[in-house]
Amino acid sequence: MKQYAYYPGCSLESLAKGYDVSSKEVARALGLDLKEIEDWNCCGATAYFPVDELLAYTLVARNLAIAEKTGLTDFVAPCSACFKNAYFTNAYLKQDPDLADHINFALEEDNLHFDGKLKVRHLIEVFIEDVGLEQIKNKTTHPLTGLRVAPNYGCQLIRPRKGKENVETPQFFEDLLSAIGAEPIEYATKTRCCGSSLIITNRRAALDMVRILLQDAIDSGAHVIATTCPMCHVNLEVYQSQVNQEFGTNLSIPVIYFTQLMGIALGLKTKSLGIDRAVLAKTPVLA
Amino acid sequence: MTAELSFSNEIANMMYATHGNPITNCLQCGTCSGTCPAAEFMDHTPRLIIGMIRENLKDEVLASNTYWSCASCYHCTVRCPAGIDIADMMYALKRYSMWKSRYQEGLIGPAFSESFVKMIVNSGRSFEPILAATYLPKFSASQLMQEALTATGLVLKGKMPLLPKKIKRLKNFQRMVKRIIPLGESS
Repeated sequence: MKQYAYYPGCSLESLAKGYDVSSKEVARALGLDLKEIEDWNCCGATAYFPVDELLAYTLVARNLAIAEKTGLTDFVAPCSACFKNAYFTNAYLKQDPDLADHINFALEEDNLHFDGKLKVRHLIEVFIEDVGLEQIKNKTTHPLTGLRVAPNYGCQLIRPRKGKENVETPQFFEDLLSAIGAEPIEYATKTRCCGSSLIITNRRAALDMVRILLQDAIDSGAHVIATTCPMCHVNLEVYQSQVNQEFGTNLSIPVIYFTQLMGIALGLKTKSLGIDRAVLAKTPVLA
Repeated sequence: MTAELSFSNEIANMMYATHGNPITNCLQCGTCSGTCPAAEFMDHTPRLIIGMIRENLKDEVLASNTYWSCASCYHCTVRCPAGIDIADMMYALKRYSMWKSRYQEGLIGPAFSESFVKMIVNSGRSFEPILAATYLPKFSASQLMQEALTATGLVLKGKMPLLPKKIKRLKNFQRMVKRIIPLGESS
């Protein structure tokens, strides 16, 4: 059973508990062992960089250094914002020995050292690349036949660009949904931003961004929106009523983590996937 | 002897220090503004704000809500034909405006970022209810009511913890932070 250094991130301890439990359950069912790293700290989300970029990198580097200490080779984050911060901090520190030295000086205070030995990955990438679509398909006992799913890529999972990958029309999420028997829908806004922390700092802008995503998914015939990020998930799910109030719309669609859909397809109990924790459950999608 | 830097060069220099090409490479094509999902809520579009920086319109740029309305989604960055990391430029502007303590009155962004950092330095973790205390006073009555209903729903659903978490090696963590941001004392 391959082991991974698992970094849940703050959201997965609170608002996105269902993402955490379903990630672990699905990983186990697929023969992967997500070992949570000890005493991790917040990655800084998107709010650190405005204040101090160096501090932002240091906070992320501490988590990377803790993961390195375990001897495991892969750092896995299910939260897209944590993933993006960890991925780029890892890359920048490896490229810039002066920056790494400076940060290692700070890490000494916690008896840690960043060596740059890790590969930073998002959970969806691990499932697709390490388990493989074929294997996921083989293990699917309850294919989600007829379920029309809008794959919401969001931002930080695919942007900024890491290499030459397709950031405009990625397909890997659709491929995964097809592997579990669901029907991924095509819609124009699958990589559009959910508004992220603007929900706090510029509410109207964020609610409008949420409205556009919900409207597009519904108009494209989706039964449900699947997410890979707790921030997108909260904005799309929890703020539906506020969107309707603000814009006089009547939008309603369930939002579910991709791991929860996978768990259902793999025949895992819905309770163990945290699905009962969903804030909105107006529309019964899977009877 | 060094010449005094123009605002435009100050911001361009910040871009050299980060990633991507400097804003002097901007073609003013407007791909960023056409891509930005928040553009219609900005006083000036991303293209315009870059043009304003290049014209050294420092007061107007700093007074704009544009950079504090950026959600950091990097859609502009990946599409910019001149290879400018525009989202990072928005971060640079946020930092610049916080250093100078000059930003549009009434914006929640600067207070939110500051309290976020304070919260992490105090506990090592982020925790929604503590954050809320910093931005809720800026909300209108109806926004407050909405937020209260949402938060209550989240607590009842077991999604919102009532007590903040702290990391175990908090003392080490705080000494680590002090090596990066000297806070006066023994550091």
